Amino acid sequence: MLLSLRQELVIVIIIFLLLFIKVSAGEVRTKTLLALVNVLLAVNLVLGFFPAADSVLFNGMFHTNAMIVLEKNILNLGTLIVSLMAYDWLKDHPQAPEFYMLLLATLTGFFFMISSGHMLLFYLGLELSTIPLTALSSFDLEKRHSSEAGMKFIISSAFSSALLLFGISLLYGATGTLGFDSLARHLDGSAFQLFAFILILSGFAFKISVVPFHLWTADVYEGSPVTVTAYLSVISKGAVFFIFVQTLYTAFRPMADSWYRIVVVLSVLTMLTGNLFALRQNKFKRLLAFSSVAQSGFILAGITGSSRSGDASVIYFILIYVFSNLGAFGVVSLVSAATGKEDIDDYKGFHKTNPLLAWVMAISLFSLAGIPPTAGFFGKFFLLMAGAGKGNYVFIVIAALNMVISLYYYLRVIKVIFMETQPQPLPKLKIHLMPNIAFIVCLTGILVTGLVGWVYDYIYSLSIGG
Amino acid sequence: MNLSLFIVVPIVTALFALLSPGPAAVRRISLAGVTVQLLLSLALLALYTHQRASGDASPMLFPYRHVWFAALHIDYHVGVDGISVAMILLTAFVMLAAVLVSWRIASMQKEFFVLLLVLSAGAYGFFISLDLFTLFFFLEISVIPKFLLIGIWGSGRKEYSAMKLALMLMGGSALVLVGLLGLYYHSSTPAGHSFEVAGIAATHLSLAVQRTFFPFLFAGFGIFTALFPFHTWVPDGHSSAPTAGSMFLAGISMKLGGYGCIRIALLMPGAAREYSPYIITLAVIAIVYGALATMMQKDLKYINAYSSVSHCGFILMGIGMLTSTAIRGAILQMISHGLMTALFFAAIGMIYDRTHTRAVEKLGGLLKVMPFISTVFVIAGLCSLGLPGLSGFAAEATVFIGSWQRPGASYHLATILACASIVITAVYILRATGQAIMGPLKDPNYGILSDATWNERLAAIVLVSGIIAIGVAPFWLNELIVK
Repeated sequence: MLLSLRQELVIVIIIFLLLFIKVSAGEVRTKTLLALVNVLLAVNLVLGFFPAADSVLFNGMFHTNAMIVLEKNILNLGTLIVSLMAYDWLKDHPQAPEFYMLLLATLTGFFFMISSGHMLLFYLGLELSTIPLTALSSFDLEKRHSSEAGMKFIISSAFSSALLLFGISLLYGATGTLGFDSLARHLDGSAFQLFAFILILSGFAFKISVVPFHLWTADVYEGSPVTVTAYLSVISKGAVFFIFVQTLYTAFRPMADSWYRIVVVLSVLTMLTGNLFALRQNKFKRLLAFSSVAQSGFILAGITGSSRSGDASVIYFILIYVFSNLGAFGVVSLVSAATGKEDIDDYKGFHKTNPLLAWVMAISLFSLAGIPPTAGFFGKFFLLMAGAGKGNYVFIVIAALNMVISLYYYLRVIKVIFMETQPQPLPKLKIHLMPNIAFIVCLTGILVTGLVGWVYDYIYSLSIGG
Repeated sequence: MNLSLFIVVPIVTALFALLSPGPAAVRRISLAGVTVQLLLSLALLALYTHQRASGDASPMLFPYRHVWFAALHIDYHVGVDGISVAMILLTAFVMLAAVLVSWRIASMQKEFFVLLLVLSAGAYGFFISLDLFTLFFFLEISVIPKFLLIGIWGSGRKEYSAMKLALMLMGGSALVLVGLLGLYYHSSTPAGHSFEVAGIAATHLSLAVQRTFFPFLFAGFGIFTALFPFHTWVPDGHSSAPTAGSMFLAGISMKLGGYGCIRIALLMPGAAREYSPYIITLAVIAIVYGALATMMQKDLKYINAYSSVSHCGFILMGIGMLTSTAIRGAILQMISHGLMTALFFAAIGMIYDRTHTRAVEKLGGLLKVMPFISTVFVIAGLCSLGLPGLSGFAAEATVFIGSWQRPGASYHLATILACASIVITAVYILRATGQAIMGPLKDPNYGILSDATWNERLAAIVLVSGIIAIGVAPFWLNELIVK
């Protein structure tokens, strides 16, 4: 049993370790602490790869298998990258230990959520992560924007949780069970069940910023510290997508025909809205916020495949999305920590002063836009390929044209960085060791994950679906 | 022969250029790299003809297959037939010339040459792909380097042009993507669905499927080769690009589209036959409209860019006619236009570097001060208007003969219209040559200008030799394509 819970336990041990350090050991230098935490997170990532048998605990409440372990490893990797990139921001922050305790608490929540085989544990895990996330959003303690972001986040989260709970309770009324396996046996697609499903779907839609439940995204992303924004847009979203695919493909499989149509419509709306709003943003974080809304739309396109290649393409894309989005956020975070500037126009002439960072940003954005040879190309291609499996080519045409729209705003940033100048461009930034490691990890991921075919093949071999 | 060398060599060259100390080293490494490319392509030509002469009749030679995504039956699968070999030769010639004319590029030399080399890797990869996924991968690789080349090193409204080009080409890719997925899910090979060209051809897609997906693929590739009405990126993109960028764009990049269109037409013959009247109509519009629009241009680069729209119309017309002679003519036209337009842009670039203007009315009498460059310009012009002895004549004549072979009054009318546009071509070429090259020296400041430097001469000689080789003896190229 301990072995099945090992990934959760390691995280909890790290949290307690930090707590003891905070309480007992008087003055620890922040930089030492950051180094320690990052080493621990790296160890945690490595430990996650140790093989363990599939198992089911607590009468099916909690289950784990190779795919779930892989998903947790992806989240561990993303958390490590976020943490490495947060170095410049946290090294002068008085509450660095608390930041990590909250961060890891959310990660524990996500882990339980992904492993859940029952609606109750799912809800518990989700809430365990939501409340620390609120605290994290307002972690720039002296900035009003940040507390505003936290407030908006908790209100919208509470609303979505309410929808989710309502949906779950209706589902219980309709079927008399909440376990994913038994739900699949009891669902028949009646109107009442469909209503419950739509409520649950809305709860999910909030978390993964699917239109029309995306309205909190831009504001919260903009107000939160860049590190937290990165975490929200990649780890938090990725984790909810993992469990979303699982529930759709297992518990709600009997209703596949109904949710297929809903998800197609949501996918189109989300892509279009995200892309169109991203076109005219002047703040970097807002641009990335809307771009991440649009990316959710693409992921939904992969989910509609409801096949093994659908499941595989979603997990594969999220792995790639971790590298690409964190690469872009890493540069924004570094610039923001050093100069406080977060507008796109501040990056005019960035290539002249910081050529390496400019290329990191460019390659990350190309990957987000789906340009080969970056991994993003393969990710997007396989998502659309899975979506096309159902033969709905009108939908695929819309999705493909959305890739063209999205290219515009990514290239706009490239244009500002490489082709425009200003009298006083951003100064040459010093990159510390830890962010450097993070950038190398991201770039390697972006350039290798796609070209090396076995990554996808491995994920496919673990995937579920009809 | 290991065809992957064509991808590996430019990438390795680019890596060396990236790690080299200064601009001089970057230039030398790039030149060495493109020279190796040219030698490789000549070796490929020799090996290919040898193999064919010794009786190897398999459709694709030197095949190599590596399983890429086993779960989805996607392979990295390459091989060549005569068309690919011809296109590879074209790429190697144009790349060598493009590196040579960029010798004095002013800023960010390292990035410039690296991007140019990445572009060439994409083009080679495209021409050798036998798997549609691999093909698409290499097609899309070429979009972003073009955006950066135009946006960073270009002139005029470069940012607008770069964005327009990137978005339109990406739109073309999006259409191709949809078509590819359609073919994939309707293909059936022993292993299951597949992107492999041979596998899809063996499936014998039903006419309904062909009818649905042919327009996506043809229009998608067509955008790359200036299919009317998606040609608008061509004039802006070409005229804003730096010289080497224009040479690559017009010389090679537009041919990616033509090559793709030919492959698609051969893959889906039923749909190609059904859509052929539409293709021919659009092609003839592009030919005539492009030629008329060129008449109105006052900027040398715009003249060549619009004339490219017109000339690429011949490629599409040849493909649309579907007779074997016409398709062969289309391929000849791709090669000929690639060399000719690269030469033209090189000459215009050399003139612009010295006079800092491309406006026809401000130039004049250049033959007196820069005889070499002027001669190159005139040769390119004469090739463009189809003078016998140069490659343009051989290619366009083949297209016309092939088109005439297609029975039907409307097809004959289309051929006549396209033929007539040659007269317009002669008008704008001769007028531009007369005003810019001949006559008295218009600006006394031009008297002190120098003629071409060694690198520019070498670039021009490389391209002119190709043009003359095809013009005087088109048969060897013809043989190569047919076999």
